[in-house]
Amino acid sequence: MSGISKSYGGERGGERVPVLKDIRYRIDHGKFVSLIGPSGCGKTTLLRIIAGLEKASSGRLFLEGREIAYGKDLIGLVFQEYALFPWRTALQNIEMGLEIMGVPRRQRLGAAIEYVRGFGLSGFENRYPHELSGGMQQRVAIARTLIMKPRLVLMDEPFGSLDSQTRNEMQEFILQVWQQRGDTIIFVTHNVDEAVFLSDRIVVLSRRPATISRSFEIDCPRPRDRTSLECNAFRRAVLEELRKERKIGG
Amino acid sequence: MRWERYILPLSILLVWQGLSSLGAIPGHLVPSPYKIILGFKDLVTIGMPPGHLLHDHIRYSLYRVAAGFGIAALTGIPLGLLMGWSSRLRGMVGPLIELLRPIPPLAWIPIAILWFGIGIKSAAFIIFLGAFFPVLLNTISGVVSINPLFLEAAKTLNASEKDIFLKVLLPGSIPSIFVGMRIGVGIGWMTLVAAEFTGVKAGYGLGYMIMTARDIQRPDEILAGMFVIGVIGLLINWGLRICESRIIRWR
Repeated sequence: MSGISKSYGGERGGERVPVLKDIRYRIDHGKFVSLIGPSGCGKTTLLRIIAGLEKASSGRLFLEGREIAYGKDLIGLVFQEYALFPWRTALQNIEMGLEIMGVPRRQRLGAAIEYVRGFGLSGFENRYPHELSGGMQQRVAIARTLIMKPRLVLMDEPFGSLDSQTRNEMQEFILQVWQQRGDTIIFVTHNVDEAVFLSDRIVVLSRRPATISRSFEIDCPRPRDRTSLECNAFRRAVLEELRKERKIGG
Repeated sequence: MRWERYILPLSILLVWQGLSSLGAIPGHLVPSPYKIILGFKDLVTIGMPPGHLLHDHIRYSLYRVAAGFGIAALTGIPLGLLMGWSSRLRGMVGPLIELLRPIPPLAWIPIAILWFGIGIKSAAFIIFLGAFFPVLLNTISGVVSINPLFLEAAKTLNASEKDIFLKVLLPGSIPSIFVGMRIGVGIGWMTLVAAEFTGVKAGYGLGYMIMTARDIQRPDEILAGMFVIGVIGLLINWGLRICESRIIRWR
């Protein structure tokens, strides 16, 4: 990310609301990076810009040296609200991306079924989203994204709608999946514990207009113990940084 | 409870029959339920006008509705999908639609007869006008009100505009399309019966049947005919609901 800035408004003489200001960062391949920051600071906006759903007001995004070609490169995005297509079964949701790509039916189904099995959804593949629990729906959403082998995986508070037990399970699940696959993940959350448990790096954004305040390297060895002293130390450091951000805003 | 829905109609029938038998209701204006049942029997066996039996009237009426509604659906759904998708098209075609919509289908009868003569074509045209607007408007609404989240999810899967139309907009608006169809066929059915008052070919049609019954002072047959019209409307709606629940299994 190089000099990404974003402002809203300004049309019809309205106020221009700057949301992001000069975001400059580099993420290494295969790393799990969390974006954290005060509520409303623009972390979701940044993610949406990276995903191609919104356009930055200025700045550029590079993927392995070249600018991202939306429509060709696939940047996966997992939504907080799952965004599963309600008229499609779990299996059909998972294979949606492959269907769009034009992959023949038998191959699509084969690949999708593998994900169904691997993600613990066996027996539920022909259910519709409204018949699935929150955790399952999110697993379907993640499968739908990962089956496309995206260049980059973006996650926007994916476990925010889940109860805390399911949330913990899903965190372990995503770590497992990530460790098997080695995707590059940008994970937005406002939950410090979650960020510390999951990430290689935590990037703290400032208040609006957001810039990168600080970046923490979490070199805690895996598998991590949520209750360990090391985890706590990192948690404290990140919380402190966030507290500073809130104070600055007043 | 299943049986609760029958309490009110049955009570009304009982009170009605009671009052009629006691002579408290003028029998030449409001026949008793029993007389109406007899009238129904006459419609089935003797016919009104005599020789034109009930089931034939039903057949002709249904045929006209099917034609008019069929055309309304075949034109309204695709146009609605396109108008829902393209705000530009909506802006261009919308005002014309809004101008035509308030004109009651029945007001079109004179010009319809002028253009098509009396027959299935003018009847189908009138019904088409009644059914078209609900189908169109509900289809547009179905497309326009699709949660933008689904469009975004599709975009992140690299969906083209065509993919979004076929795989998101179309399936997502099916519930609204069905609502439009049910309303459309309901209005079409009502419009048909009224349209048949003014003239039908070959002397068949439920509206025509009722008018003839009035001409020769048979209120029992009028009411029996009205009841049949109501029941058929109910069955059509019911039939569509069943189709809907078979096709939409995801709610």
